Amino acid sequence: MKLFEYEAKKLFEKHGIPVPRGKLATSPEEARKASSELSFPVVVKAQVLVSGRGKAGGILFANSPSEVEEAAEKILGMTIKGLNVQSVWVEEKISVKNELFFSITIDRVKRSYVVLASSVGGVDIEEIAAKTPEKLVRFPVNPDYGFRSFHARYIAAKMGYVGDQQKKLAAIFRKVYAITMELDAELAEMNPIVETVEGDFVAADARIIIDDNALFRHPEYEKRLFEAGASEFSPRELEAMRKGLAYVGLDGNIGIIGNGAGLVMATLDAVQYYGGKPANFLDVGGGASAERVASALEIVASDPKVNVVFINILGGITRCDEVARGIIAAKKKVGYEKPMVIRLVGTNEEEGKHILTEAGIHVLESMEEAAEKAVKIAKGENRKWE
Amino acid sequence: MGIIVDRNTRVIVQGITGTQGRFHTKAMLEYGTQIVAGVTPGKGGNKVHGVPVYDTVAQALEKHEANASIIFVPAPFAMDAALEALENGLKTIVIITEHIPIKDAIQIMHLARKNGATIIGPNTPGIITPSECKLGIMPAHVFRRGVVGIVSRSGTLTYEIANGLTRAKLGQSTCLGLGGDPIVGLNFIEVLKMFEKDSETKAVALIGEIGGNLEELAAEYIQNEGYSKPVAAFIAGRTAPPGKRMGHAGAIVMGKAGTAQTKIEALEAAGVKVAEKPGDIAKILAEKLRS
Repeated sequence: MKLFEYEAKKLFEKHGIPVPRGKLATSPEEARKASSELSFPVVVKAQVLVSGRGKAGGILFANSPSEVEEAAEKILGMTIKGLNVQSVWVEEKISVKNELFFSITIDRVKRSYVVLASSVGGVDIEEIAAKTPEKLVRFPVNPDYGFRSFHARYIAAKMGYVGDQQKKLAAIFRKVYAITMELDAELAEMNPIVETVEGDFVAADARIIIDDNALFRHPEYEKRLFEAGASEFSPRELEAMRKGLAYVGLDGNIGIIGNGAGLVMATLDAVQYYGGKPANFLDVGGGASAERVASALEIVASDPKVNVVFINILGGITRCDEVARGIIAAKKKVGYEKPMVIRLVGTNEEEGKHILTEAGIHVLESMEEAAEKAVKIAKGENRKWE
Repeated sequence: MGIIVDRNTRVIVQGITGTQGRFHTKAMLEYGTQIVAGVTPGKGGNKVHGVPVYDTVAQALEKHEANASIIFVPAPFAMDAALEALENGLKTIVIITEHIPIKDAIQIMHLARKNGATIIGPNTPGIITPSECKLGIMPAHVFRRGVVGIVSRSGTLTYEIANGLTRAKLGQSTCLGLGGDPIVGLNFIEVLKMFEKDSETKAVALIGEIGGNLEELAAEYIQNEGYSKPVAAFIAGRTAPPGKRMGHAGAIVMGKAGTAQTKIEALEAAGVKVAEKPGDIAKILAEKLRS
C-alpha cells in the first residue's frame, strides 16, 4: 500500500527526520490560507500515488498566496496517469546545495532488506544506476545485526560526508530504517534528501510503501485502503479486493477469469498470442469455489468494455460440477447475456461439461483452443457462438 | 531418486486441524506420504485421519521421528510455526501459507540458512516426487513418474504443464513450486543444481513469471556453467502492465525491471528454448529428449 507524500513526511517528522514545513489542502482557497503560515517561496505538490507527477505539471512554485491559489487551482482535479488529484501539499522551498538519494527496500535475491544510497539524487534510481553507478552504495542488511549506527556512518562516509555532517546524515538513515521496520515497509525512500546551503539535511521528497501482507499489523492503514481516492486502485479493483479476489483492469474487451496467478497471466498471454486483447486479470485463487467464480463473473461483467468472458479453471481439488453450477447461477444473478468461453479441467470434469453444455455454454478442451475461440468471438468472427 | 523429498521423507503437518490442513493431510496420506504427526496449539491429544496431534513440534518429536514439515498455519502465525520447525531441527519445510509479511519471510530465510534447512515457499503448492512423496496441495493425478524435473513460480500453471507432459508420456522426477512471494526459500539456480546432480532427471522445465530477476540469474547460470541437461522454459505475464501486482505478491514489473521480455531474452540468449504457450513445453522437451 502506497502512502501519500504528506503521510510519509508526517511519519518522518514524527521520527525526527527534518522535512520542509508544509500544509495539506484540498481546495485552492484552503491552499492559499495554508500558505499564510509558511514562508515564501513555496512549492505546491500534487498528492497522487504515481511517480512522474513533476513531468505531468503536478509540481508548481509560488511566491505569494495568490500564486499558491492559482497553482492549486491548476493541480487539483488534474488527472495524472489515470489518477485524480484530490489534494495538494504546500511546503516551503528549501535552498539546495546537493540532492542525494537514500532508499531502503527488499533484495529478492539476497532475501534481505537492502540500503541504496547515492550522492546523486533527485532523478530515478534506474538513471542513477545507469549514469553514475560508481556513486551508488548498495548495502544488504544482515538480520543478525540490523542496520546499526556504524553501518549508517559507513554509508554517509561513502557519500563523501565527514565530521558533523556525517553524523547528522547517519542519524537520519537510522531513523528511516526504524520506520521501515516499525511500519513493515517494502520501500522507504528519500529522493532527494537535500543538503541545504547551511549544511543541514532535509527530506525533500518521501515515499513509503507498506507491505500489503503486513497490513493486519497496521489496521489504521488497512482501513484507509478502501476509502475512495485514497489508493492507486480503481473502484472495480477495490471491489475485487474486498471480495478477496485479485483483479487488475486492462484496456481490451475479453474478460478473463481463472484460478492461480500464473495460469491467469498465461491465459492473458494466450489471448494476446491469438490477436485478442484482455479486459482484465482476475485470479479467484487456487481453490476456485463456485461462490468465488460467481463473484468474479459479477466484477468482470460490470466492465462495459467486455463483450466475451473467458473462464479458465484448472481444478485440482475443486469439483468441476460445482463450478459449472456456480457459473450458471452467477450468469442468471448478474443477468450476463453476452457470450462465454469456458475451459474446465479437474475432478468431475465430465459432469461439469455436461451441465454447461446443457445450458448452451460451450466448453473447450485446451486453454489454447479456448483462447483462440474467445478472440474470434471478441472480433465478431464467430457469430454462431453468440 | 528425484530431489528433496522421497519415500524416506517423514512429515509433521503444522496446522493439521484447520480446514486446509485436515483436507490435504488426507490427500497426502492417500498418496502414500508418511505423515507421522500433526501440530496445532491447544489441540494436543486429538487425531486427524489417524494422525496423532500435539501442541508443539518438540512434543511431536519426543514420540516420532521426522525430517520434514508442511505448514498450513494462517499468515499472522506462520513465522512462529516456521521457526518452531527450524529450532527443532527439521531440514525440509514447506510453507503453503499465502500472505506472509515480507519482514517475517526474511527472518525465516535467514534462520533457515544458518540451520542448513531448505524452505519451499511461502505461497507454494509444495513439492512432489511422483509415486514416492507428495508434500503439498497439488492434484496428484496430473503427475507421473519420469525424467522431467519441473521448477516453477506458479501453482496451477505447474499443474497445466505437468498435465501436458504426462499426456505426452513424459513423466516427472520431482516438481517443485518456488512460491509466488517476493521472498522465497529457493531460487531457480539452487534447484537447477539439484536436478543436475539427480541421475533420474534428464531434462528440466523452468516456469517463471514477471517480477524480480531470478529467471535472468538462472539464464546466466545455465550459460556460464554449461548446464548439462536440456531446459525448456515458459514465462507468464507478457501482457502484464508495469506497477501492477498480478495475483502473486512477487509478480510485479517495477519500472523497466522484471518484465517477461527481459526474462525471455536472457533465457533464449542462454540457449534455453522458451515456449510461446504452456502446451508447447511438452513438445519442446519431447524433441530435446529424442535427440
